[in-house]
Amino acid sequence: MTCTEFLSMLDDVIDQSIAAETRAEIEVHLRKCGHCEVVLDTTRKTIEIYRCHEIYELPTEVSQRLHTAIIERCKKTK
Amino acid sequence: MSTIQTVAGQNEEHPDVALVERVRAGDLSAYDTLVRKYERQLFRIAQHITQNREDAEDVMQDAFLKAYEKLDQFQGNSKFYTWLVRIAVNESLMRLRKRRTGKMVSIDEDIATEEGSVPRDFADWAPNPEQNYNQSELSEILKKTIQGLPQGFRVVFALRDVDGLSTEETAEALGLSVPAVKSRLLRARLQLRERLTRYFKKKASAVSQANSAPKGNGPRESEPGTNEPGANRPKGNGPLGAEPRGDGPRETEADA
Repeated sequence: MTCTEFLSMLDDVIDQSIAAETRAEIEVHLRKCGHCEVVLDTTRKTIEIYRCHEIYELPTEVSQRLHTAIIERCKKTK
Repeated sequence: MSTIQTVAGQNEEHPDVALVERVRAGDLSAYDTLVRKYERQLFRIAQHITQNREDAEDVMQDAFLKAYEKLDQFQGNSKFYTWLVRIAVNESLMRLRKRRTGKMVSIDEDIATEEGSVPRDFADWAPNPEQNYNQSELSEILKKTIQGLPQGFRVVFALRDVDGLSTEETAEALGLSVPAVKSRLLRARLQLRERLTRYFKKKASAVSQANSAPKGNGPRESEPGTNEPGANRPKGNGPLGAEPRGDGPRETEADA
């Protein structure tokens, strides 16, 4: 397996949708290739960081204001 | 943090279905529940597309109102949330169009670039690198990083990786093909990884100490592609649950 081939399967590896035999090939490649190991590991961390940190917070007071406005507008439509 | 629930079995009804039925029967409190459930996600999607807080607030309101008005058109073939996101994406694009005085705007904008599709910086990250920044610094880094991506990448990443939608649901919500979503997701992930590496990579001094190498003692800040590839990286958990890595030759380096 080449790095390019590994990269083309990166998402499937991360999403754990890889067939067993391919998975074994990938493991062999990763044992030999530090670059690909880092790419896999840091891509996983990238996803995890964005999952764990909400960058567009909706403050409670804004949420409440918008929520009230939405429901009021809905009431008027029917 | 995903709030999207996967329906385990074919016959298992998603909890939103009952709420939608109640709304159709005139129960506004059920819609209130749906709004509370999804308002944060919709706000986030709108922010990712419009990059403007006021616009995102307006989009969120308009999308929920439009969904309410058009609820009869919701077939139930897809999840309510997927349908809702599609409305919010369209509202967001319309909002952008208004800002650009009528110029056409699409989710396909600015995606021609191949930049970042091939990793260049192979520096490993420090352990728990986000702890080197306070909450607001980290938030700024994450915002700045994702804002550098084309909107078509940002929104795919947000739906797929942050909201936890499946590839198929993301495709449906955005009106894209499954291969297009896959292609954008890979590039979004790689570009974000590459950009975050500038902030989260191990300090050069720590790397050189660990290496005990005779070179590279000076600080290296953020130049991509200049790092010694992982010769002495500590071994984390195996990426595939595999055994610890060896430091053997990288036969395929040129491909990376």
